[in-house]
Amino acid sequence: MKNYDIVIVGGGPAGLAAANAAYDAGARSILILERDKELGGILNQCIHNGFGLHTFKEELTGPEYAHRFAEKVYKKQIEYKLSTMVMNISPEKVVTAMNREDGLFDIQAKAIVLAMGCRERSRGALNIPGYRPAGIYSAGTAQRLVNIEGFMPGREVVILGSGDIGLIMARRMTLEGAKVKVVAELMPYSGGLKRNIVQCLNDFDIPLKLSHTVVDIEGKERVTGVTIAEVDSHNKPISGTEEHYDCDTLLLSCGLIPENELSRDMGVELNRVTNGPTVNESLETSIPGVFAAGNVLHVHDLVDFVSEEAAAAGRSAAAYVAGGPADGARNDIPVAVEGGPRYTVPCTIDPAKVGDELVVRFRVGGVMKNRFVNVYLDGDRVIHRKRPVMAPGEMEEVKLKRAMFEAHPDLSSICIKVEEA
Amino acid sequence: MYDVIIIGAGVIGSAVARFLSRYQVNACVIEREEDVCCGTSKANSAIIHAGFDAAAGSLKARLNVQGSVMMPALAEDLDVPFRRNGSLVVCMNEEDRPKLQALYENGLKNGVEGLEIIDGQRLREMEPNINPDAVAALWAPTGGIVCPFHLTIALAENANTNGVEFKLNTEVKAISPRKEGGWAVQTDKGVFDAKCIVNAAGVYADIFHNMVSGEKIHITPRRGDYCLLDRSTGGFVSHTIFQLPGALGKGVLVSPTIHGNTIVGPTAFNIEDREGINTTAEGIADLTAKAGTTVPNLPIRQVITSFAGLRAHEDGDEFLVGEVADAPGFIDCAGIESPGLSSAPAIGLEVAELLRDKLNLQENPNYVGKRKGILDPKTLSKEERTALIKEQPAYGQIICRCESVSEGEILDAIHRPLGAKSLDGVKRRTRAGMGRCQSGFCSPRVMEILARELGVSQSDITKCGGASRLIVGTAKDRV
Repeated sequence: MKNYDIVIVGGGPAGLAAANAAYDAGARSILILERDKELGGILNQCIHNGFGLHTFKEELTGPEYAHRFAEKVYKKQIEYKLSTMVMNISPEKVVTAMNREDGLFDIQAKAIVLAMGCRERSRGALNIPGYRPAGIYSAGTAQRLVNIEGFMPGREVVILGSGDIGLIMARRMTLEGAKVKVVAELMPYSGGLKRNIVQCLNDFDIPLKLSHTVVDIEGKERVTGVTIAEVDSHNKPISGTEEHYDCDTLLLSCGLIPENELSRDMGVELNRVTNGPTVNESLETSIPGVFAAGNVLHVHDLVDFVSEEAAAAGRSAAAYVAGGPADGARNDIPVAVEGGPRYTVPCTIDPAKVGDELVVRFRVGGVMKNRFVNVYLDGDRVIHRKRPVMAPGEMEEVKLKRAMFEAHPDLSSICIKVEEA
Repeated sequence: MYDVIIIGAGVIGSAVARFLSRYQVNACVIEREEDVCCGTSKANSAIIHAGFDAAAGSLKARLNVQGSVMMPALAEDLDVPFRRNGSLVVCMNEEDRPKLQALYENGLKNGVEGLEIIDGQRLREMEPNINPDAVAALWAPTGGIVCPFHLTIALAENANTNGVEFKLNTEVKAISPRKEGGWAVQTDKGVFDAKCIVNAAGVYADIFHNMVSGEKIHITPRRGDYCLLDRSTGGFVSHTIFQLPGALGKGVLVSPTIHGNTIVGPTAFNIEDREGINTTAEGIADLTAKAGTTVPNLPIRQVITSFAGLRAHEDGDEFLVGEVADAPGFIDCAGIESPGLSSAPAIGLEVAELLRDKLNLQENPNYVGKRKGILDPKTLSKEERTALIKEQPAYGQIICRCESVSEGEILDAIHRPLGAKSLDGVKRRTRAGMGRCQSGFCSPRVMEILARELGVSQSDITKCGGASRLIVGTAKDRV
């Protein structure tokens, strides 16, 4: 059995950033396992621009952004295996993987970074009634067909869900010559970024119908039409509001689900809100030495923050292997939330393990206006930041400084509150 | 001229073909769809009924019990996943006990083995997630679960290997008696003659029957909606849980599937459209509500897909299996609703023997009744799997991540007799696309493999034949 200090599961943006950061922190025995035939993950099919504004202060396409990180991996000669599927990870950190050349093989890791990303919610999971013809695609599958394979999945399109991939695909399908008739969104607000609604829908006169859902899919072989209807406050369709659209394609952009089958099977504790692992300030899961970052941990809006988060996980993994500050007894304080946040990443913080700065990310459950995000350490307000608008589609963050913790030596409670101005 | 033309390549037509293939016979199965197992056989409860339900003395009862008895050996011979997980009919209140007793006695009359009425406590020991208010249950240890796709495909494949021809994508338009004797079957691909016809056309069986007989029959498509839950719900119930028919109607079942998912269904809606396999919001709501009565905390939110199938309900509420009195040589397998899947082996055997006697068929000396299914590498040891990959690297490439299906399995599915030609064909044979992401990940990859292996363009690849094309052109082709 081969041994590596750090095995990174997934060679997408999270895995690449984790590998680079682990290397920079001194680790040398690193292996990335990637199931696709190249590094970069889903970024390779995201050929639109807008990536890297925070990291590189410029607008890159997805493949360009991925390349910046992959190039560093090549330069550092970090090992990676492509077209390799991780089949299982044992609690003892034996990674079982498979590919055409090596067959089924085991690797003993000292530390593992989970960076498997997420998948799209399917039509089946949404339980949309109707027929099951060809022409129903998740937005990401359609994106792959168009951007990687160069195929048109359809000509006349209805999109359900205003997640970012759905919005991006509304524009892409239009540019490729399709007619996008409407984007229907179940919630009274969009799940995507404001900038995407402007640039992908408004600029192309594509209507967005909030509080609407698909109530029927027609077509016995290929989609011939869908019916959408308005929903009430319980998300139930309102009779009499049905509108029929002739179309040959229905794209679904109705949420992303962190892909944690491997994590669950190895016994990593998962958070019911995020469907990702519960992690501490070092992004370490319930199994010591197993870290998580990126969309497998919680679904992000911007890849820049995936990279930032994954770099932190990579540094933690390197520190764990080096036997540094990640060792020793822990004093985990749960991060409590009030007034809006649905979860936080990390879920717990050991003040002694916090570096110069710790980013805590969260999302709110509904659209909120004129609020303050306040952070309390043992009841003392240490952060007080005005937020004119908060929405579930935009991830929030607060930055906790080491000095704040040092000022509270016997800390027992951490709370993030969203409060009215 | 064929000795026998079988109309329909569902589980019944395929079972008749397979049992018939043990004789020296010139037989052909004609199927409208691009693959076998495309109608009722692909959308049902996937269970083998023990046989206590059908009225004592009925054909349904006899063929069900016989089919259930035949299933273990048949599944073994054809390498089809089958397990006797046992079934439970749950009685929710004391007033209904006489009904449970009646069902038990009916089962005894039908010759079902091992039946027992168990009390609430034993029921809860067997099924911890059952409604705590349940008072008793009928326990049928011979109830089983099977993969209906694998069963149908295996029967067809084995029949084909033993010499039965399959004409797919061929639709029967008319049937008429020939002056010289026998039958002329007019299709969209030409006219084919046969001495005997087997009518295994599912919800269309009445149409073909009525073309040749003065004794009209009438089939109502009875739609059943189902929900399939993620494999993470595996073990929530371990037996097939039926509801005792009561004030709320027949109720729905909750059962593990042979592949470790949980299935919930079916509803029952009589409809007009013989292609009306659309699910409806009311159907799904009905299911969810009813399933909760026996299994209250069923994790229904773990649904990965819902679908609907049509039962071919004949007005007489009975299977019609046998030669039609006023149409010699025309053999009906009509009105095959539940327990049709369970009865398929017995119907296949009975009709094959009827044809043997009628046509004086001799044993086929080259008949091989055993068939090997598509190799599932998950059943191999690590060493065996690595050796397999060394020999055939395609087994090292995972295509469907949810169900862990390798390229090797997909290649096997495409290249074996009556191989897969569409996304659904691959799915039913290998489970690629059957998992929790419902083919979001693997569909472009499977399309690519299909196009490469079949030597066609990807734009010719369909979901399930006909006009179900998956892509409509190339990017910017109309800009």
